[in-house]
Amino acid sequence: MNAADERPPLVRLDRISKHFGEGETRVDALREVSLKVYPRQLIALLGPSGSGKTTLLNVIGCILNPSSGAMELDGEVVVRDGHWQRRDLRRLRLDKIGFIFQFHNLLPFLNATDNVAVVLQLSGVNTAAARERAVELLDYLEVAHRREAMPASLSGGEAQRVAIARALANRPRIILADEPTAALDSTRAQIVMDLLRRLAIEQDAAIIAVTHDEKIFDRFDHIFLLRDGRLDDADARPRAVTTSSN
Amino acid sequence: MNLAYRDIRHNLGRFLLTCVGLGLLLGVVLAMIGIYRGLVVDALTIARAPSVDLWVVEANTRGPFAEASRIPGDAREAIARIAGVAAAGSITYQTVETQHQGEKLRLYVIGFEPTRPGGPPEIALGRSIARNHYEMVADRSSGLELGDRIALGRSTFTVVGLTQYQVNSGGDPAVHITLPDAQKLQFDLAPPAQRIQLAQGADAASRNTVNAVVARLLPHASAEAVAETVRRWKHLAAITQEAQEAILTRSLVDRARRQIGLFTSLLLVVSAVIIALIIYTMTMEKLKQIATLKLIGASDRTIIGMIVQQAMALGLIGFSIGAAFIVNVKDFFPRRVVLEPDNVLILGIVVFAVCLLSSGLGVRAALKVDPATALGG
Repeated sequence: MNAADERPPLVRLDRISKHFGEGETRVDALREVSLKVYPRQLIALLGPSGSGKTTLLNVIGCILNPSSGAMELDGEVVVRDGHWQRRDLRRLRLDKIGFIFQFHNLLPFLNATDNVAVVLQLSGVNTAAARERAVELLDYLEVAHRREAMPASLSGGEAQRVAIARALANRPRIILADEPTAALDSTRAQIVMDLLRRLAIEQDAAIIAVTHDEKIFDRFDHIFLLRDGRLDDADARPRAVTTSSN
Repeated sequence: MNLAYRDIRHNLGRFLLTCVGLGLLLGVVLAMIGIYRGLVVDALTIARAPSVDLWVVEANTRGPFAEASRIPGDAREAIARIAGVAAAGSITYQTVETQHQGEKLRLYVIGFEPTRPGGPPEIALGRSIARNHYEMVADRSSGLELGDRIALGRSTFTVVGLTQYQVNSGGDPAVHITLPDAQKLQFDLAPPAQRIQLAQGADAASRNTVNAVVARLLPHASAEAVAETVRRWKHLAAITQEAQEAILTRSLVDRARRQIGLFTSLLLVVSAVIIALIIYTMTMEKLKQIATLKLIGASDRTIIGMIVQQAMALGLIGFSIGAAFIVNVKDFFPRRVVLEPDNVLILGIVVFAVCLLSSGLGVRAALKVDPATALGG
């Protein structure tokens, strides 16, 4: 065990379940999922289509409320007995969570700098300071030379790096990535994964990614396999593939 | 950072094209309002031109505009002697078609006594009639110029003065000639008809007939009291200026007014639906971006602000384009288009309200967007 292991997890899920519908139409998307993710870790969620990966990502991202269970994010109890413990989930997302999307989802009407700065401005940071921080981040991600470029003129790799910069703008400690390398070729996918690894260490953050990209499996500290919404009590510390137990 | 402005700037060409389209539509709405107002103003122009207080017409008629009216020419002297009457003048009205420079010209001929009430309100160019015969003051909309000579009946008249915006309710330009010339034009029979009448032993009909006598009252005289006095003469009826204007607007142009009014209302509804559709479509095209914004922490207020600001910008720019367009082309319409500042202001407020309501549809759609749709491709 190293020093990081002694710290509390950034994400802690305790018997989280989520079902849609009732009676005959009831679908159990997540079944008592428990999970701990520590700072500086890269976690992959794997599973066939409909296994509950996106639902799990939505629950951790505070977009979807679970039906039961408890959740802590960065030491704060967010869900208890299936109920939100905090009203302002928007603010929670803004402060604690960064999102990286499959197709970068940059706003097409803002240039690279403003796509990053917008997150800061939504947090109340003034325009000049937000742009300054945005340029710093773009520089950190080695895409500052494209700071004035509109998303349509960026390459896939550049766009994804700008999207990562946006996810980091508010210095979140939890980064959720949805197929972050799906739109990239293998070389760029490796570059993005190197970048995420560096971020996890330097920003002291936890990164949870949904991916099907086998080329990058070896870049994760831990890979969880979800099947029919099940994921056994899993601690992210061991580097291994954990399968669900049915 | 203003997201609405950035989005508009990003799609500036398309946004401006949409504004132009909406502007033309709103321009048509403004034009219809102007035509509607113009119709009412035109209908009242001739009745207001003599600046009188009382119209004396044939008994049991609502002449001389809504119904035909013929009264003896000497009625004017009797009217002028009534207590409270400051001045009275005989007047005739008739529509004449003639030729000018090879083209058909339709004129509304007004016969008046040059020293009495009933003449043209203001001479824009040239002078008023100074001779008893064959001089004419014409409205500019007739296309006649000073010095032009034009045949009416068996006489030729010279244009000595020009007026502006003097047309009848049908839009025909008004020309003023002296009462004797107008009576000759209106009541004289053509020579063959005169010969037949003489051969039949009938007397030559007197032409001293007028359509109405108009009267100006003394400052403190009651128009209704004078009208009551006139009505005691059984062959005459008297209509106050206010009543005459009511007859013109509620009777003479009522159907046209209502028709245009209804069409304008329909156009407004169509415009409202189109504005709503444009704003709704603009929002629907941005649902993925809205979901992303929500996911990265944008508040509902930010999203609503973006949609409402774009709707307002669309309405404001579209309305400005429409108003500028109509103001610049209104004089090319065959009939008068009257746009008062209050009409423009009211339509502006209506467009503002429609944009606000229409953006409600877009806002509703945007607020229903699940941020989760930004994830998962």
